[in-house]
Amino acid sequence: MNGQIIGLKTIVRREVTRLIRIWRQTILPPIITSTLYFLIFGNFIGDRIGDIENTSYLSFMVPGLILMTVITNSFTNVSSTVFGAKFQKSLEELLVSPLKNTTILTGYILSGVIRGCMTGLMVSIVSLFFAPIHIYSYAISIISMLLTSILFSLAGFINALYAKSFDDISILPTFILTPLTYLGGVFYSVSLLPPLWQQISYFNPVLYLINLFRYGFIGISDINTSYSLIILTIFTALFWVLSLHLLKKGFAGYRT
Amino acid sequence: MSNAIEIKDLKKTYPNNINALKGISLNIQNNDFYGLLGPNGAGKSTTISIIVSLVKKSSGQVIINGQDIDLDHSAAKQHIGIVPQEFNFNIFEPCQQIIINQAGYYGVERHIAEQRCDQLLSEVGLMDKKHLPAGSLSGGLKRRLMIARALIHQPSILILDEPTAGVDISLRRQMWQILKEKNQNGLTIILTTHYLEEAEQLCENIGIINHGQLIENTSKTGLLAQLNMESYLLFCDPIESFPQQSPFSIQQITNNKLEATLNSNQSISELIHYLTQHQITIHRIQNKVNRLEELFVNLTEGAPI
Repeated sequence: MNGQIIGLKTIVRREVTRLIRIWRQTILPPIITSTLYFLIFGNFIGDRIGDIENTSYLSFMVPGLILMTVITNSFTNVSSTVFGAKFQKSLEELLVSPLKNTTILTGYILSGVIRGCMTGLMVSIVSLFFAPIHIYSYAISIISMLLTSILFSLAGFINALYAKSFDDISILPTFILTPLTYLGGVFYSVSLLPPLWQQISYFNPVLYLINLFRYGFIGISDINTSYSLIILTIFTALFWVLSLHLLKKGFAGYRT
Repeated sequence: MSNAIEIKDLKKTYPNNINALKGISLNIQNNDFYGLLGPNGAGKSTTISIIVSLVKKSSGQVIINGQDIDLDHSAAKQHIGIVPQEFNFNIFEPCQQIIINQAGYYGVERHIAEQRCDQLLSEVGLMDKKHLPAGSLSGGLKRRLMIARALIHQPSILILDEPTAGVDISLRRQMWQILKEKNQNGLTIILTTHYLEEAEQLCENIGIINHGQLIENTSKTGLLAQLNMESYLLFCDPIESFPQQSPFSIQQITNNKLEATLNSNQSISELIHYLTQHQITIHRIQNKVNRLEELFVNLTEGAPI
């Protein structure tokens, strides 16, 4: 077998082993959080909100919550594991090896995608207890979930390479990722917002991801699906190129 | 004999404008046990980091077993095993896992890696610790783990960056034995160390780096031949009168201890004879410092040899 493939399998295997070993930190929390969201926003408050575009509020919210879980977990997985490796210097094991930059990057991104999609799937299963799921388009649902997890795994990777302390790892999710996600239409349709806020929302890239996934899930979207797919693909490609550039040109004391 | 590593006019200026390397050229032959010495900040670790691609060179050429790192660094790195100065493994992973993962990064199939791992763990005396997290090992055992990890893909060149730092003398000597055996079996070893006794014990050839320049690159015997003075501590009966004028350079340290420095024309028997004539009876003679250490200090501090 090709050495790069063996190396790639080794990185993914190591990361998945870690993910499963610390399942109480990686897999359990999103299940608990999403259950609470379904209970509070779906059952207790959702009944008072009524339908959105002829869909119950709970059904409308399910894809948003699933994708929010994918975004958060893909990002966190890669940013924490890469920064942890940088902090402990175990990243050097990979950097001194014959593995190519594309192999190293693919390994970490795959591990992020696995965690993102695994937790997304868990939340989907939990949602079945609260609302029936009739997937409108499997292809769009799967593509958008995969692309989203790749994009945010890449974002986590870039964040980890730039980060100099554990604080730097938490700044981006706390002050940028979470607001963008919550304001990206997880819990509401932008068509319900006043015109000004609708216009502002269109600058939020997460809005396009959530609407694309929601379209695949329940066939409802505030944004043109093709447009969302193009935006998602362009951002993913840009982040991929930037990640490879950082690995090649050097980062935080390595390869500078 | 072919070269394991060829370095030509290697220069490195860091982004903060520190000139770490100012044009180093050296060849290290296959199966050599090469010592790269120098004071802190001399450029040893920078040189090694460039070889293994942790640091980018500013200019110059590095060729590893005939492969230029600029043309195909991945292929060149396949030949190298590295034991870095600082511990650089995941402390939560078991020892066995760390070694097997390392094998995977070098393209070794898992079932082969598992067999080799057990053999290497036995060789370095860590077999009973293979399932323990690396973080639970003592400093010396962590060093051994890094040696086993560096050897798992059967490299032809092993680079050790201060491998025995902080290791007690007993463990250090055990590690020396392991390294000697590996070198006898054909492994090229490059060692940086602050323990000059270690270099004197192990290395066949020695390079000394100072202020980013290679100021010496020769065989150990050739290097030691440059040394034309040697110092001794002499333990004697309490001294009643000490000769003021002497053909030897002698200093009285205490009432019953002298320090004498002999040049290459003077012998220890002449010294003892001279002291006996002056009613000073010597009980014991001790070589004052490690010879290489003395030479190293002279070279790096610019003093005449």
